[in-house]
Amino acid sequence: MFTWFHKLGSPPLLYRLATRVSPWFMALTLILIVAGLVGGLVLAPPDYQQGDGFRIIYVHVPSAILSLMVFALMAGASAVGLIWRLRMAHAVTIAAAPIGAAFTFLALVTGSLWGKPMWGTYWVWDARLTSELVLLFLYFGAIAIIRAFSDQRTGDRAGAVFVLVGAVDLPIIHYSVQWWATLHQGATLKLSGSNMPTSMLWPLLTMMAAFTCYFIWLLVLRLRAEILRREWRASWVERLSAE
Amino acid sequence: MHSWHEFVTMGGYAPYVWPAYGIVFVVLLGAAWFARRDLRLALARAAHRAHEMHK
Repeated sequence: MFTWFHKLGSPPLLYRLATRVSPWFMALTLILIVAGLVGGLVLAPPDYQQGDGFRIIYVHVPSAILSLMVFALMAGASAVGLIWRLRMAHAVTIAAAPIGAAFTFLALVTGSLWGKPMWGTYWVWDARLTSELVLLFLYFGAIAIIRAFSDQRTGDRAGAVFVLVGAVDLPIIHYSVQWWATLHQGATLKLSGSNMPTSMLWPLLTMMAAFTCYFIWLLVLRLRAEILRREWRASWVERLSAE
Repeated sequence: MHSWHEFVTMGGYAPYVWPAYGIVFVVLLGAAWFARRDLRLALARAAHRAHEMHK
C-alpha cells in the first residue's frame, strides 16, 4: 500500500520527478497569474463598501492561506521523517520553510496595507495578526534549528520536533476570528462555499491556484538543490554531474 | 475598470493597492531567483566534486 510512498523516499527518484515537473509548474504559474491579475485588477467590479481597496484580497488571501498550508505540509513531512525515518521528508521540510516564511511575510505586509484604509491602522495586536506573526517566527525558528547542527540528522530531528510543536499555532490562526473579538474579518473562502459574487470569486480562486503552482515550482527547485547538498557523495549524483 | 485613470488611481486606494502588489511580486521574483541560483550552485558543486574524484 505504501510502496509509492517509500519510492518517493529514494533521492534519485525524487530528484528526477522534481526535475520533470518543474517546467510544468512554472508555465502554469505564469498562465494563472496573468489570468488572476487581469481578473482581479481589471475585470472584477469594485466592492460596494471597500471600493477598489478590496483588490488587495487577490494577493493577501492566497499568501495567508499558503502560509498555513506550507507549515501544515512541513508538519506532515516532519511526522513522516520522524516516524518512518525518511530522510527526504526532512529535505522537504527545509526546502519548504523559506517559501512559507515568504508567504507569511507577504500575508502580514499586504494585510497591513489593506488594514490602513479599512481599519485606520497598519497594525493591531489582535489574535489573528499576532498569531500570524508568531507563525513567521516559527518559520525562522525551524530554519535556524535545522541548520544549527553540524550533524544533519540531529538538525533534521530537532527541526521536526520544533515544527510539530509549532503546528499548534495553525488552528489558533484559523479559529482566532471565532474565538476572540478581532478587527480581522472572518474567512473569505470556506469549504461550504463563499459569499463573494462569481465576478469577484473566480480571480481569487485563480490567484490561489497560481500561488499554489508557484509554491510547488519553487519547492521542487529548492528540493533539488537540497537533495544534491545532502547526497553529494552518492554515485548517482556523480553520474548526474558527469552527464 | 472603465478607464486607465480609474485603473491607476484605484478609486483613491492606489497608495495601498500598488505597494501591496509591488511587494508581492518583488518577494516572489526574489525567492524564485534565489532558488534558481541555489540549484545552479548545487549542480556546479556536484560537478566539481565529480571532476575532483575522477582526477
